[in-house]
Amino acid sequence: MGKRKLVVIGNGMAGARAVEEVLARGGADMFDITMFGDERYGNYNRILLSNVLNGSQDPAEIVMNPLDWYAENGITLHSGAPVTDIDRAAKTVRSSAGVHVHYDYLLIATGSRAFIPPVEGMTGPDGKLRNGVFAFRTLDDCDGIIAHAKKSTQAAVIGGGLLGLEAARGLINHGCAVHVIHIGNHLMEQQLDGPAGAMLRASMEAMGVTVHLKKATTAVTHDGEKITGLAFKDGTTLDCDMVVVSAGIRPNAEIGLRAGLTVERAIVVDDKMRSVDDSTVYVVGECAQHRGRVYGLVAPLWDQAKVFAENITGRNRDAAYHGSKLATKLKVMGVEVAAMGITEPVEERDEVVQFTEPKRGTYKKLIVRDGRLVGGILMGDISKAAYLMQAFDRDTPLPEERLSLLFDIGAPAEKVTLDEMPDEAQVCNCNGVTKGAIGACVAGGMKSALAVMKATRGGMGCGSCKGLINELVEFYAGGEVEEDPSIHYYVPGVPLPTDELIDAIKINGLKSVSSVFKVLAGGKEDPGSKPGLAVLLSMIWKSEYEDERDAKFINDRMHGNIQKDGTFSVIPEMPGGVCTPDELKRIADVAVKYNVPLVKLTGGQRIDLVGVPRDDLPGVWRDLGMPAGHAWGKSYRTCKSCIGTDYCRFGLGDSMALATKIENRFRGIDSPGKLKLATAGCPRNCSEAYVKDIGAVAIGDGKWEIYIGGAAGAHIRKGDLLCVVGSHDEALSVMGRFIQYYRETAKWKERTYAYVERVGMAKLKSIVVDDSDGIGARLDRSLQESIDAYVDPWLERDAPATSHQFSSLIPVP
Amino acid sequence: MDGITSNLPDTALVTAELAWIEVGRVSDIPPAGARVVQSPHGDIAIFRTAEDEVFAIRNRCPHLGGPLSEGIVHGARVTCPLHNWVIDLASGGATGPDTGCTGTFPVQVEDGSIRLGLRLPVSAV
Repeated sequence: MGKRKLVVIGNGMAGARAVEEVLARGGADMFDITMFGDERYGNYNRILLSNVLNGSQDPAEIVMNPLDWYAENGITLHSGAPVTDIDRAAKTVRSSAGVHVHYDYLLIATGSRAFIPPVEGMTGPDGKLRNGVFAFRTLDDCDGIIAHAKKSTQAAVIGGGLLGLEAARGLINHGCAVHVIHIGNHLMEQQLDGPAGAMLRASMEAMGVTVHLKKATTAVTHDGEKITGLAFKDGTTLDCDMVVVSAGIRPNAEIGLRAGLTVERAIVVDDKMRSVDDSTVYVVGECAQHRGRVYGLVAPLWDQAKVFAENITGRNRDAAYHGSKLATKLKVMGVEVAAMGITEPVEERDEVVQFTEPKRGTYKKLIVRDGRLVGGILMGDISKAAYLMQAFDRDTPLPEERLSLLFDIGAPAEKVTLDEMPDEAQVCNCNGVTKGAIGACVAGGMKSALAVMKATRGGMGCGSCKGLINELVEFYAGGEVEEDPSIHYYVPGVPLPTDELIDAIKINGLKSVSSVFKVLAGGKEDPGSKPGLAVLLSMIWKSEYEDERDAKFINDRMHGNIQKDGTFSVIPEMPGGVCTPDELKRIADVAVKYNVPLVKLTGGQRIDLVGVPRDDLPGVWRDLGMPAGHAWGKSYRTCKSCIGTDYCRFGLGDSMALATKIENRFRGIDSPGKLKLATAGCPRNCSEAYVKDIGAVAIGDGKWEIYIGGAAGAHIRKGDLLCVVGSHDEALSVMGRFIQYYRETAKWKERTYAYVERVGMAKLKSIVVDDSDGIGARLDRSLQESIDAYVDPWLERDAPATSHQFSSLIPVP
Repeated sequence: MDGITSNLPDTALVTAELAWIEVGRVSDIPPAGARVVQSPHGDIAIFRTAEDEVFAIRNRCPHLGGPLSEGIVHGARVTCPLHNWVIDLASGGATGPDTGCTGTFPVQVEDGSIRLGLRLPVSAV
């Protein structure tokens, strides 16, 4: 049997999605597919039109299937000419361009169009929208609005629904004053109730949009050429030079009428998405009326497209659409909103659960009927949206305690108070310290968390329980808890915060760790403070620093990470996780020659030779012939990268090249804490740049978002957006300035996730991005000096820093 | 005697005569550093403090066996490089909240030359 002919009228989201679903079910072998579209593009994501309007996305970025897609899938596309007639008897369609084709199956997916209310002056003598009046429905509408907005001083948006507000947001970005004219009592009546609408209005007005409620527009005034304003039913007027109409949508169902199909508000279909009049004609999307309802959102459309595809491909002829429950999550003018079902109680038994905090713009309202969710509005804080939308969609019974519907009140384990916690409960898992041990310590007179930690070793392992220990010390000590002043020092053993310590070291010309203790700590040496001071001194003095190897942690003496058996790990540099085949071979050869017990990929996209004895280090380094990867100390560590633009089909920026530049610039720069970086070629974040000390994420147009303070270790935190830069060089420059400021102001072992929270993003932005203190050039210069002074430490293989550096044994005669 | 790695019966070590073995010069060891001597008692770390005092203890932290010779030396103490236990070089005992002890060995220093006192069976000398 030859292929059947499937003709699709409509090339929007519905038509294209339905065809995709057919293709996904092997439809290419079953059907010759022909598509007709009004617009002259491939199909695009209409939901994102508001991003095009506000300038955050290019039209090209919202294209879902470019023209190539049609060719690749053997689809014949007739765009720019709508279908004018369907002859159901002959099974043919004809377009305005005269294209005439036969079909075995027809899919109508003509969607809907903007509703233009019959208002005087809205249209010109030719029946088209007057110059300066726009609908907001298509890419062409967007182009027109943007072009006009650039010369507009005052714009009016008619309609305060979701689309109208998005149009208003977009217009603001083009610099004109924006007024929203709404006929109803509050904004977004479909999704919100009165109080939520009022809060939304307040947020919008705070952003500079003027909202007019209960205004019925009666006329668009003009001088024959240009728009001059609007007139309202209550006799008032508003001056404006452009109008965007967003007063709802109307299904494009006329084609159905002309073909003799049953049309009420839209073309009436059965549960298989077929016209009730013709089993070869299917209808999906906004032009379909199913069980009395017409949907204007995408989620129902996805379901309808699936049911259509299951049926037409014969994959499942019982597939049926049962209607959708409407739930939406959206962001209006920066305010997050989730809405589902009804907005007001309608029956007496309906139960309303509500929370309002107008000051923070938080509003939560749920309508519960017979223990099930029938409606809800969340605004400001939508953290519970996923759970509630699922409960709404699946009609699942709700917990008796309604409070938990609105807030995360925590799992039972977390509800245990400090008081209820048993004495034998382990607080520090690294060092096996119980709640009781901490209590005994405080009872024994230790009133500061640091003293308790020192005495019990609690919190001295991975450190993730430090917060709980702080709380417990407070709990036991009551009001008597003492703050250990050393928590403000760079290192506990020298009583100065970082910036003052740097000044004191410079003024006194202290170039060695021992001299710092002598002059600034009363001669009392604190072994725990030595490695931190060594790093700080080398940053300040660079090559003039008097290196005392005994002050350094073994990792910093051996340039490798010590393992539990006293051997070391050797990790050569591999910028962006890239190496040459030749380097790979050398790594393998070294592993064989030195009997390296374990070769492992690290989390930082490098290769780790684990278990190398101290005495073999120089030989291993020499044979590798690669620079040190600095995988041992408190310093710049590595920069992970995704594949970027060279090969990835989603890449927006060359992340591998940026990672290589970052590594070449910052390699070996020591700092108060480890610096782990990543570059991501797009926001899919494959290289996890959002959770790095510094991350760069490409967002297109050569732009990169720079995040700082991310972490994904014992502590997990998403980085904060520092700024957006326009080139690799700018990225390097802003990263470098942040690194240097961090080096000069952070406490020893204070990772960026804690540092960023302590110092605050506002301050960091002003110093690093805006140079508010005027120290930018000095920071850049200091970092450059450290970069210039960098020497690969693995070169000590040929010139050991101390005698016997790599010979651990004294040979017994 | 926990954790001693030896292929000799303990009685042989205890009953053997104390022998003084020359293991090198103080200058072979970096100040505030250590080097290791291999012996039938396992590895022995010879420490030199900043004040040029010399101590010998087993190169095994009583906590989890960390190589003490690689630790930071401060005063007459060393901090284990693995988990920061602090061991007193003279007694071999852990300090602070930790409890445990590593073996110590007698040493003599004469004219910059270090001699280590070991009870060695005749065959091993």
